[in-house]
Amino acid sequence: MRKIGTPYLLLIPGMGFLLIFFLLPIFNLAQTSTQTPRVGGDTGQYEQTFRFANYLDAILENREQFGRSFLYALITTILALAIAYPLAYAIAFKGGRFKNVMLVLVIAPFFVSFLLRTIAWKQILGEEGFVVPALRSLHIISESTTLTSSAFAVVMGMTYNFLPFMTLPLYASIDRIDPRTLEASGDLYANGFTTFRKVTLPLSMPGVVAGTLLTFIPAAGDYVNAAILGSPQTKMLGNVIESRYFRIVDYPTASALSFTLMAAILILVTIYVRKAGTEELV
Amino acid sequence: MAKKSLSPEARSIINSKVSRRAVLAGAGAVAGAGALAACGGSGEGSGSAKNSVRWGNWPLYLDVDDSGKKYPTLQAFTRETKIDVKYFEDYNDNDEFFGKVQAQLKLKKDIGYDLVCPTDWMAARWIRLGYTQKFDEANIPNKTNILETLASPSFDPKRESSLTWQGIMGGFGWNTQKNPKGIRTIEDLFSPQNKGKIVVLTEMRDTIGIILRSQGVSLATVTEDQFMNAVDFLEQKSADGWIRGVKGNEYAEDLTSGDATAVIGWSGDMFILKSENEGKFDFAIPESGGTISGDNMMIPSTATAEAKANAEKLINYYYDPAVAAEVAAYVNYVCPVKGAQAEMEKIDPDLASSEFIFPSAKTMANLSVFRALTPAEETKWTEAFQKVAGN
Repeated sequence: MRKIGTPYLLLIPGMGFLLIFFLLPIFNLAQTSTQTPRVGGDTGQYEQTFRFANYLDAILENREQFGRSFLYALITTILALAIAYPLAYAIAFKGGRFKNVMLVLVIAPFFVSFLLRTIAWKQILGEEGFVVPALRSLHIISESTTLTSSAFAVVMGMTYNFLPFMTLPLYASIDRIDPRTLEASGDLYANGFTTFRKVTLPLSMPGVVAGTLLTFIPAAGDYVNAAILGSPQTKMLGNVIESRYFRIVDYPTASALSFTLMAAILILVTIYVRKAGTEELV
Repeated sequence: MAKKSLSPEARSIINSKVSRRAVLAGAGAVAGAGALAACGGSGEGSGSAKNSVRWGNWPLYLDVDDSGKKYPTLQAFTRETKIDVKYFEDYNDNDEFFGKVQAQLKLKKDIGYDLVCPTDWMAARWIRLGYTQKFDEANIPNKTNILETLASPSFDPKRESSLTWQGIMGGFGWNTQKNPKGIRTIEDLFSPQNKGKIVVLTEMRDTIGIILRSQGVSLATVTEDQFMNAVDFLEQKSADGWIRGVKGNEYAEDLTSGDATAVIGWSGDMFILKSENEGKFDFAIPESGGTISGDNMMIPSTATAEAKANAEKLINYYYDPAVAAEVAAYVNYVCPVKGAQAEMEKIDPDLASSEFIFPSAKTMANLSVFRALTPAEETKWTEAFQKVAGN
């Protein structure tokens, strides 16, 4: 009896936490999403009418921002992977005694608040920062081109902010690769590229999958970068939810959008994990 | 309006007294579950202590000494009346604050404040919902000192339950190097040197209000068609690449970083920008007319009779011209109290002649108040405006 009971007892704190801080809000979100304004009620007063068309309205009205959220998240993930893979590889295989220092440097940005770092980029890329005037005097960008308030700035900001989430799992995976497997590959007449394709990459796949998930999921729901570095033409779904919730005080639409975003991410991630076919995620 | 907010840490320390209640009220609202809500609101030691009053106001909105901890005018009030004032700078956002206290107001449970400071449109909502108490006129003889422009807003025509704390003018702000001739009309604003570098306010009553005035529409009678027409105008400008952003106070940073060269902004921010940057920025009310709004001192329906009387004495105190001048010398928004200008002469003659703090009769005549919207209008108009902001 005790032997069966103990594992369940151990589950209580975690399950209790999830029940209160995940299931209850989700339940509330679901029931808010089908409400409609109370007749004759004041701003922000809604009543339950089970109007599921709220979802359709919310999606159709904001399909542009939906598309943009996933597009930006996809580009961010690809860029982060392209930057983080060589970085993690170098730290794991060539870091030597500086390995730990390098890892600390990867995490170092976390010592400063996410918001402050993003605002810092706004200053750096601003009209009177040093980047824009320098690029202009070198005629790399025209006088009228600006770097902030653009899709470029938003995607760049997200790539920068989520890079450590890509680097760390990649490093964990690559670091575990036994260098002798690479030597063996060479002994079997594989060149560098073939060794990478047939040995390194497959062995680091758990890291790639974990890293891309840890980047893509928060990136798709991000609104800070678009709010600070973007323009009205680069707003993402997170910004719409924020505006619906706090500005328009339209809780049902905000809830419906949140739910749809979660569902869309869940579906995409499930397909991706199936395709990537990895059992072990770290 | 939205002012620079405190760090969450600082706010949580200030809020520690109400946080548990707020959390429970929030959880109750979130869960919609009676079980959780039932635990909230009891055993809070509700109601204010004897001879004290709790005031929730926007950050940086009251004269403060150099240490940043003491408020000279408040201390003088306490010396004079023996009423202890607990001052909380935690009114950071109209919607956020309302969301925080709404559940208790509905349940008639103490919200932790005896005096609050919502902006006009939010003040209208509090009054509509019956969440305020009417003043006892006998306690506020200075009430008659209010400026005529602010004396009878549509949400409280006789100022029976609200009095303006500070007035906020909406108009054009610009970088004087990029706009040497200044900006006086909407055409000046949308002139080529500002293309892609115009930032407008998230507060639609100011942004759309100014556009409406330029189209000859009165803000006191604006109709839905007229409003939507002005929104379309802005949307077209945004689509054509004129608008860099639709923002709150951050437009001030955009001006200093050069990202914005012209804005629709607020007088108080522009006053600070102008004085800190030696004439690099300037502000003017559009020739076709600007907007004026206010943040309002109001007593929540949950305040006890004693706390209400104390709050009224406090309101009366701040409507004394000499005290109002002291506050205005620090906050730089439009001082709503008649006679304060003469008192300001004694403190700082330069400030007494400032159009930002004491707009001339001519400027005042050119400012108008956006009419109160019905709940349905509020939702629909905000939605249309938010679309322009890309949301």
